[in-house]
Amino acid sequence: MSSSVAIVRTGVANTASMVAGLRRVGADPQLCEDAETVRTAPYVVLPGVGTFGAGIASLKRMGVDEALKERIQSGLPTLAVCVGHQLLFQQSEESPEAEGLNIIEGSIQGFPPEVTCPQLGWNLVTAPKGARIFESGYAYFANSFRALHADPDWKMATADHGGEFIAGLERGAVVTAQFHPELSGPWGLSFFTRWLEVGRGRSS
Amino acid sequence: MLTSRIIPCLDVRDGRVVKGVRFQGLKDAGCPVELAKEYEAQGADELVFLDVSATPEGRSTHRHTVSEVRAQLSIPMTTGGGVRVADDAALLLEAGADKVGVNTAAVSNPQLISDIANRFGSQCAVVAIDAALIDGSEDSWEVVTQSGKNRTGKSAIAWAKEAVDRGAGEILLTSWDRDGTRSGYDLALLRAISDVVNVPIIASGGANEPLHLADALRAGADAVLAASIFHEGDYTVGQLKEYLRKEKFAIRL
Repeated sequence: MSSSVAIVRTGVANTASMVAGLRRVGADPQLCEDAETVRTAPYVVLPGVGTFGAGIASLKRMGVDEALKERIQSGLPTLAVCVGHQLLFQQSEESPEAEGLNIIEGSIQGFPPEVTCPQLGWNLVTAPKGARIFESGYAYFANSFRALHADPDWKMATADHGGEFIAGLERGAVVTAQFHPELSGPWGLSFFTRWLEVGRGRSS
Repeated sequence: MLTSRIIPCLDVRDGRVVKGVRFQGLKDAGCPVELAKEYEAQGADELVFLDVSATPEGRSTHRHTVSEVRAQLSIPMTTGGGVRVADDAALLLEAGADKVGVNTAAVSNPQLISDIANRFGSQCAVVAIDAALIDGSEDSWEVVTQSGKNRTGKSAIAWAKEAVDRGAGEILLTSWDRDGTRSGYDLALLRAISDVVNVPIIASGGANEPLHLADALRAGADAVLAASIFHEGDYTVGQLKEYLRKEKFAIRL
């Protein structure tokens, strides 16, 4: 049976690529915008959204922010992509007035001026030791901000653009990606597949 | 570090790829989905689909094409052609494009760039600049629009800066003098623009051989776009990537 994946409809996010990518690995993606689905779906994806501030505002407007937080803290299979990954932190230079989901301590910052911004293109992701979902390989990034530090209970994948930054985080069946797995070719599709596998049996 | 990207560009009219694409082994070389899959398999880093339809019906067919390609493609897709207002961009993004390019409409209404960047983020907002050498000059370029028909007199360098200030996340820079000539990218133009903006630049217009791509990347391009050399079957994306890797560029293989 195909895995049912709820993609949180954040409004401004382009979900067509995410839907197509998940379908290609045999999952059954559906858009959702209610807390009950976010709490109980076997798998949940928080896709990239326009800005940090708009993203968190959209989650609050739908009333799914607390459900998402609970879900991630209890380890249910969840994938947060691009700005979705950033929303797990406390705050961001991009929207200084906004407060994130505050699951991970720290803030999101811009790239140093000597590198191109936005970071657009393929960068080498180095998987952390003992990772089950991350594998090293090239991933497609499209971001102007990034995280540098995370709590040690998360396994940290890294990449380099004007210095090392967090390419993604893994803790059990919860995984975050600063890159876009849905646009990262066969490597990205296998990333989805491993997340779905690790999540099997962990979902509610 | 970021790798240098290779981007095949396909012109689409009324849902069909035009500008003669000659691939062996493909049942139908005019089918956007088939060609997209072929280029992805060759190692293309992303694809550009330019809608050259001239009618409203063609535009709506193009959105259908974008969504059909999206269902099969696992790499980023930029599309452009006929985007006049932010709502046009919204329709293309909803159909499955990842980035939207604006050109002529942005020159006459620069606010269009801000509208798209504010609504969808700079990473979605590609500004395509067609630049031509000003007659008698060797180092100043003017913006041309309407497929080269209209020479605006507007400085390409100043326009690139303004586009970025308004939120452009990437510049697709086409040398109108070189486009279709296969005489190599305009390296002076690339240097001039990459000196003044910090967003990625896609070089376009004039590629004929692997050395041209390497030259463009050395001149400051972050990505190289080409059409004829791929469509004519002169080189595969993979062959060009092998070459660039031997030349010590960071390349995704």
